[in-house]
Amino acid sequence: MKKQEAIVDVNSLNLKKGDLVKEVEELCGENLFGCYQCGTCSAGCPFIEDMDLSPDEVIRYVILDRKEVLNSKTIWLCAACYTCAERCPRDINITKIMEALRQIILRKNIDRTNLTDISKEEKESIPQLAFVCLFRKNVG
Amino acid sequence: MKLLYYPGCTLKTSAKNLEQSAFAILEALGHEVEEMGDWNCCGVASSLTDDDLMHHLAPLRNLIHVEDAGQDKVVTFCDMCYNTLKQTNLRVKEKPDDLETLNSFMDRENDYKGTVKVIHFLEFLRDEVGFDVLKKMVKNPLKGMKIMPYYGCMLLRPREVSIDDAEEPTIMKDLLTALSAEVIDNPFKIECCGSYHTIEEKNLVSNRAYRITKFAVDRGSDAIVLSCPLCRFNLDVRGKEAEKIYDNYKQIPVYYYTQLIAVALGLDPKCCGFGDHAVDPILLLKKKGVFEK
Repeated sequence: MKKQEAIVDVNSLNLKKGDLVKEVEELCGENLFGCYQCGTCSAGCPFIEDMDLSPDEVIRYVILDRKEVLNSKTIWLCAACYTCAERCPRDINITKIMEALRQIILRKNIDRTNLTDISKEEKESIPQLAFVCLFRKNVG
Repeated sequence: MKLLYYPGCTLKTSAKNLEQSAFAILEALGHEVEEMGDWNCCGVASSLTDDDLMHHLAPLRNLIHVEDAGQDKVVTFCDMCYNTLKQTNLRVKEKPDDLETLNSFMDRENDYKGTVKVIHFLEFLRDEVGFDVLKKMVKNPLKGMKIMPYYGCMLLRPREVSIDDAEEPTIMKDLLTALSAEVIDNPFKIECCGSYHTIEEKNLVSNRAYRITKFAVDRGSDAIVLSCPLCRFNLDVRGKEAEKIYDNYKQIPVYYYTQLIAVALGLDPKCCGFGDHAVDPILLLKKKGVFEK
């Protein structure tokens, strides 16, 4: 994997104590406190093996105001396949929570993907919709 | 009335074979199809934050142009386009305030009235043509081919836009049965292929392709059938690359459902564009005696 892990200085994001969960809830419209940590989301996630925090841990981190969650690989690995959202017994849309966490970073003008890193060969061989999707997810 | 069709970027570039084979099927069925005028990108990923109305503009503009054409229905061949257009369509119907904001932002376009129905080509074949009709037209039955249907995400989730049961879909199974193929079930059929990670995390996607295909092969599949251009690329091309990573692993051919229908109906194989695949799709068809040329 050629990419460096993006390190966000969480202190530079101007999030006050206890603000993380408010900010996330405002962006995604989901009630994170509804989560009872059953782990259904994590059990069905196709990317779980490569994640540093499981999706249910992400929710817990946000509730506990542990801002280092913004530096986790997990939020960028989520490809919005909606499997977790579909299966959540508490009807929490975890897909939207992941997007909210990405947006907190992207809206500070911090991009995950450097567009110039994409080679000409990749641009010519990979289907176009993959690029639009990548830019939508990783570039603010 | 002509069927109005929304292509999207990939159908015009790297998935021309999906478009051409679908056109060939429509022609064989006697349906006239017309490409939408003045279409734009659908945005691919539907907006997931509540305040992000901006990203509903692109799909909404397309829906407006469907209304402008005097149509109440638009068909897509690409799963991503289908999902994005349908999610926006739902959102503006559920939240009239959002629609008002979006309409007033696009002051040079007509207002969207919410009359359009977005359908996927698979849905069209099931509901408006009928798989039994296709079955009667089969000239080269896919006898002896053991095929795993792969649905991916965008046809099924979120549940509100699903074309079938979100956990246990059968639409492609029914289609393959109509074409006389043997269907191999696989719990990975609804799992993500890795999507856009194919650009930056190639090995991750190769791993996805390996996991999905390996299970299919262990259950005796000769091939995979799917509908999304990105899934095709990931399973076919990244799956081929997985051969170098995993021992004793061989990627099996990946087909679009439209290609298999075209073959089964005995249409000109040129429309299938089999040359664009990483794993030769023709070999298996010849081996099974479906395809003589």
